[in-house]
Order: sequence, then structure tokens, then C-alpha cells
Amino acid sequence: MNRFAALLDRLAYEPRRNAKIRLLVDYFASAPDPDRGYGLASITGTLDFLHAKPAMIRTLIAERTDPTLFALSYDYVGDLSETVALMWPKRETALTNHPLGLGEVVTLLSNAKKAEVPNLLANLLDRLDETGRWALLKLITGGLRIGVSARLAKTALAQLADMDVDAIEQIWHGLAPPFESLFQWLEGKGPRPSTHHPAPFRPVMLAHAIEENDFVTLNAADFVAEWKWDGIRVQASSGIDETGSNITRLYSRTGDDISAAFPDVFEELKGLNGTIDGELLIIRDGKVESFNALQQRLNRKRLSPSILSEYAAAIRAYDVLVTDGQDMRERPFYERRRALEKLIGDLHSSRIDLSPLIAFDDWDQLHDLRSAPEKTVTPRDAEAIEGCMIKRRDSLYLAGRPKGLWFKWKRDPFIVDAVLMYAQRGHGKRSSFYSDFTFGVWKGSELVPVGKSYFGFTDQELAEIDRFVRKNTINRFGPVREVTHEPELGLVFEVAFEGIGASTRHRSGLAMRFPRISRLRWDKPPREADTLETLEALARQGRKKA
Amino acid sequence: MRPSDLLIPQPAGLYCPLADVFIDPVLPVDRALITHGHSDHARTGHGSVLATQETLGIMGIRYGEHFAEQTQIAQLGKSIEINDVRFTFYPAGHVLGSAQIAVETKGLKIIVSGDYKRAADPTCLPFEPQRCDIFITEATFGLPVFTHPDLAEEVQKLLRSVKLFPERAHLVGAYSLGKAQRVIALIREAGYEAPLYLHGALEKLTNYYANRGARLGLLKPVAGVPKEDLQGAIILCPPSAIQDVWARKFPDPVTCFASGWMRIRARARQRGVELPLVVSDHADWPDLQRTILETQASEVWVTHGQEDALVHWCQSVGLNAQPLNMVGYGDEGETEPESQAS
Repeated sequence: MNRFAALLDRLAYEPRRNAKIRLLVDYFASAPDPDRGYGLASITGTLDFLHAKPAMIRTLIAERTDPTLFALSYDYVGDLSETVALMWPKRETALTNHPLGLGEVVTLLSNAKKAEVPNLLANLLDRLDETGRWALLKLITGGLRIGVSARLAKTALAQLADMDVDAIEQIWHGLAPPFESLFQWLEGKGPRPSTHHPAPFRPVMLAHAIEENDFVTLNAADFVAEWKWDGIRVQASSGIDETGSNITRLYSRTGDDISAAFPDVFEELKGLNGTIDGELLIIRDGKVESFNALQQRLNRKRLSPSILSEYAAAIRAYDVLVTDGQDMRERPFYERRRALEKLIGDLHSSRIDLSPLIAFDDWDQLHDLRSAPEKTVTPRDAEAIEGCMIKRRDSLYLAGRPKGLWFKWKRDPFIVDAVLMYAQRGHGKRSSFYSDFTFGVWKGSELVPVGKSYFGFTDQELAEIDRFVRKNTINRFGPVREVTHEPELGLVFEVAFEGIGASTRHRSGLAMRFPRISRLRWDKPPREADTLETLEALARQGRKKA
Repeated sequence: MRPSDLLIPQPAGLYCPLADVFIDPVLPVDRALITHGHSDHARTGHGSVLATQETLGIMGIRYGEHFAEQTQIAQLGKSIEINDVRFTFYPAGHVLGSAQIAVETKGLKIIVSGDYKRAADPTCLPFEPQRCDIFITEATFGLPVFTHPDLAEEVQKLLRSVKLFPERAHLVGAYSLGKAQRVIALIREAGYEAPLYLHGALEKLTNYYANRGARLGLLKPVAGVPKEDLQGAIILCPPSAIQDVWARKFPDPVTCFASGWMRIRARARQRGVELPLVVSDHADWPDLQRTILETQASEVWVTHGQEDALVHWCQSVGLNAQPLNMVGYGDEGETEPESQAS
């Protein structure tokens, strides 16, 4: 447990992707079985045992500490698990000398009956040090928050054996904790684990952003086009296992199993005998809602019936990887498209439909269609369109981002001029730079914050902004600096973003989607920056004014 | 005599009217007794200063030789009498030269402990508990969430990271008086023999420690060392330098910070620390409790830090306790990170 706790502790502070991978590789290479397998399971979210509720943890600590001291401490630390981990009284007599392994902890917790959990948990906490207690409490309350995705953990596994991460993905969904056969294989001590999973995740194919001069070399007749819908990319898979039961999974583009978050669409997938690739969207009365509506569904712990009916999810399918047990990935797009049309037709589902193809003769025509999708689809659908996808008719379905086959052609972003108001230091390589910026627009004679961004600029520009921030600080709040922002004095950013919607989180009542700093306007005085009315109009009118 | 007649909190500091002296005054006064060299306790501009030899030495380094009109060395354990009040200095275990000051008259004894710790520190004398009637304690880490971990393990965290990232520099933020030298000594105790690099602001005090016998091994100024030679190196610097432009000249640095505050994850994150090292020169919660009980004081005055919790605890074990509201302390050493914005 100590080894795993130390890993979590370190990962929680580590901002660099490569350093995270290094820490994971080091752990997987050196921790024993089955601990490392359960470690992998908890990081990838495949560990399933009775979760302890915060109320139970509160009761345990209340039995052991003075209530005034606990209240003062909790108030100071601000996190329940951490407060309890730090305050948990040390046992005077050591119960046992042997160190507690993660595997042992997981086994004990999974075997415990509900009524036994409080005692067991207290017992485990008695046996661990502070970091161990913190890790255990994070584990059982289900919130690791260490910034490691399943994909990153698999990338580390792949590095351990010097192989491609897709090789891990291929077999991943047939595996279960503590993954001993996987580690055996990675260390060259065992055969490749076979995958009997009838609904595995298969690595997805990604597109390149198209560039102006690409059009010169590409022949429009070789390509098909589809709308690029602003939802989340998903892969849906369903099949029958050897016992005859139906296995269905909904995956994110990185292979995380997100079935539980979308029970409505999940039910509809059970009739699918194969694997499709598509966009998960909120569709109401046949019209696609903007990404804002989808966000109402994301990151929710509990889905109430009203949320499910008001924000009903759907899948707009654009490709098929497997149908009727046949791997279609080696077939050209036009063949797959025919198979997809048949598959979706046979499914007869109101929640799973086909992504329509856009008819066009040449690039100029497609350019016009893309600039004004509301002329082709309904205005509401048009708001959910980010641009279009261009795919070679003969493209095979290849994992990763192969060159020259699929392109995305995004619509031009919204642009506004906003004023830098606050700056915060970044992390990792940027920890000495002020690199997270909050910017605002005018509301009358006052600036109100409308968004936050930490990219879009070059290293050179970052150094210039950093210098500006340091020289023009008017206030400090911990790691945040307030920067001069007066009508004649301040720094104007040209901010590009993909959409804008109502938000209760920001004082301005608006939230930008994917904002980035596209240009530094040293030439512009802040008084010439945009106003909140302009942004509100953009939010109301959607794309048209862009 | 009432205790509150022997020592009175005043804006300038804790005042003893019978002897007409202040202890750790924050404003210039005629006669000052100083517990230790941290700049919030030891200030410049006093008429005469009574302190241990090391504290006077440290003040000389920081403020120049003529930091006071007159100085007098306090020998540990040897009393000095001023107008019927006896003052005795005892080791406090906080930093080199740090002392508690016993103030005694007519059978009443108050200990002003200054800042103190009970954990092992190879760079200074250990705290000696003294029986007294009233114990004045600090409360920097006066909450039950502060139990300082095993130091050897904290140093291992650093050394393991150096091993795992041999191409990166490890930048360790540590306060320039006490913490930096203690961390260096602990790294040496762990068997790390390679040269350690120092930010310029740490050099003088660290040399002073070395001259007074601390085993610090081979130390080099970091200024002027080529970037590529600092791969895998450990560099010590004042905490504010971690986020300074200065930090940019090192190879992909891992930012570490040695402080008791690092116990709280949010504190570490606020400072952008990637490798927090929980090393403190103040007593943690169990040691505050233990020390208070060992002095057998019937009354406790609690100053700078988390007074509420410690006063509450004292009362819960039947001791008279009250917060002693003194202003101006906690500006150096282990201040709360936010108040030390870089």
C-alpha cells in the first residue's frame, strides 16, 4: 500500500505528461503482483468494490477526535479525506508488523459485508501512515483526481515492454484485475493474453486539420464530406459472449468505458451486433443541441429522470469497425458506409442514426456549404456543427492519425478582443511563468471576466506577457496576480473560441467553449476591447454573426 | 506578583517593566533580549542586545557588524540578573543559536520559548524542557493535522526522485536560516555525497553553519555553473526563488519545497510545488502537547499561529490558557505561504 500511496501522492503533484508516464513505468516495473495490478485497476477505474460514503468516514473520525479540533482542522485543510488521514490517531501498540499490500486491502474491502466495512476501514487506517490513509480514503470515496487517464496508464504499460499502446488496447477489454497475465506478457514471461471480450474497444482513427494548400493537391471526387458535429466521439460495441449473454459497451475515444453515464442510449445499443464509431449528441425532437446541452449530462454523478428526458442522448454514427463478427477495418470507406447504412437501418432505433453525407461537386461548393450550414440543415442543427469532415472514399480504418485520409475542416472561430485581468502561474515547465490568463470585456465602464485560457501563444509571446504581468501587478491573491486593466492601460488579447453559452459559473453569465489567445494586441488600448453586449448577441444568435 | 505584571505584551514586543527589557521586539528599543536569528524575532536598530553567541553572529551577517550599539553574549544555562529579575537562556532546538528565555522573580517563573522544535536536528542543540509556572508557546503548527513525518523518509523522497529523473535538476526551496542547513545535513546523513549547489542568498549563513561545525559536505555556488552540469543536481534556494525568473536557467527543474506547510496538499499546489518535502523547524501538534505537559506549567500563553486549537486543548486538560496576541511574528521562517507572495 505504501508504494502505491507514494505513487498517487507524487502523481497528484506532477503536471508533466512524460514525467507521469515515467512514474507509472517505475511503479509497474517494481511493485509486486498482485499489488501493481490493483494499482493499475484503480488508476484505470476498473476497480469495483463497495464504496464508503463520506458520512461513514465522518462517523469514524468523530469517534476518535475532539469535535472542536476536528472542525478547526477540517476548516483549515478543506478536504475531508485529507483531514481524516492527517488527524487519524496513531495506535500506541502495533497490531502487526507486516506491511499492508494494496492487493490485500482490495481483497479485504471487496469481501466485506456492508455492516463490516466501518470496522474494517478503521482497522486498515490504523495500520497505515498518513500518505497510505490518504490514498485509501481517496480510493474508497472514488475520487483519485491525479490527472491520469486510462490511456496514459496504458501508454506507460506499453513503454514498460517497448511496444505500441494500441497493442495494449487490442487486448485490454478482455482483461480483469489484477492483470497478472498482462504483466507476464509485458515482461516476456508469458503469452499474449487472448481476448474473448465480444465488445472490446478498438483504437480510433483520427483526422488531420486541413490546410489551404491541401486543396490544390486533393481531388474533390476522391472524397466524401460529412458535418462535423460538436459532441463527443464515442465507440459503441455489442456482442454475445461464450455463455450466450449480451455484452455491450460505450467507450470514449480514449477507451474509457462510459456506458454508465448514458443509460438511455446504452439500452438501444444492445441490438447492435458489431462496433460503430460516431458522435454522442443531445438530440431533442430530431434536432441536435449545442455542446452546452451535452455538458448538462457530463460529469454528473447521478442522472435524474428529468435530466434523462430533457437531455436525451443519441449517437450519430459515421463508421463501422465490425459487423456480424466481420472486421471491416481493412475495407474501404465506401464499403463500410454501405454496411453502416444497413446496420443502422436494421437497428430501428430512434436514438441511433446515420451521419448524413453532404453532396458537393468541388471544394468551392463545399466551402460555401461549410460557411453556412443553416442553408442545408435546420438552424438549430447548424448551431451544433463545427465544420465538416472530409474522408477519402477508399480510406481504410486505421488506428491513430494516418496522413492524407481523413481531414477536418473547421468553421472559422469566433473572435473577440478582451482585456487581461488576472494571471496565474502555470505548472511544470511553466511554473515560473504567469501563463493562465483570465480576461474580460466591458460592461459599461467596468470590465467583467468572461473566460480563462492558457494557450494559443508562442513561447516568445509567453515571455512577453509574463514580463508585462510582473511589471503591472496591482494585487496579489496567493498564486494569482491582478494586472492593470484600465481604459488606457492594459493588455488586449484577441481571443478565438468555438462557441458561447449561458453559464452560472462566471460573473458575466457566459462561458466560452475552447477559448485560446490568438493574437496579442499591444497596439490596442483596452477601451477598444469588445463589450459584454457583443458577446451576449453572439450567444443569442449562434454562428451567424461570426 | 501577578504574571501579567512581570511580562506585558506591548506593540513593540513582550515587555518586562521591572528590568526594562523587551523580548524579541519588533520595533527598535533600548534593551532587547533575542531568542533566535529569524528576522521577525531579531531586528536591527536596538540599543543593546542580549542573545546567544550564534544569534549575535547571525544578526551580524544579516545586518552588518554594527546592528546594535552594544551586544552581550548570553551563555546557555547561566543567569543574568537585571533589577532583581533573573534571565536564563536554554536551547530551543529551532535553529542554530536559538534559545528559550526564562524570566524569574520572587518565585514566579515564565518561560518565553520563542520558536522551538523537538525533532532531531544535527545543526543545533536540542530543546531542553524547563519547569515553569507559565509557559509561552508558539503555535505555528497548532492543529492536530500537523504531525511531522519521519525525516529520513522525506529525504528519501528527494533522493528517489533524483534517481528517477537523472536528467533534471532538483530545486529545493528552503528558508535561508536553519531550514536550508538542516536539509543539507539530512541529505548528507542519508549518504548522498555529490556536491550540493547553493543559491547566492544561502551562501553566507550556510558557511557560518559549516564554520560552527555542521557537517554539510561539499557545497558549491550555483551561479556560473553551465546548465548541462546541473542535470541530476540538487540545488538549494530560498522558497521565493522557485517561481522566480532565476529558476528558468536550470534543466527542466523539479520544484521541491521543504516546509511543514507541505503537509497540506492544497498549500503545496498553490505554490506550484511538484515534490513537497515535509521538513519543519517548529514543534508539531504532539510535540506542542508533550512540551506543555513537561514544563508542568499551570498556565499557558499561546502566540503566533493556530492559537484557537491549542488553547482549546490546554483547557480540555485543565490548564489555564489564553492567546497572547502579538503582532509582527511569522514573517520569516515558516510563514503561511500565502502571506509570502513572491
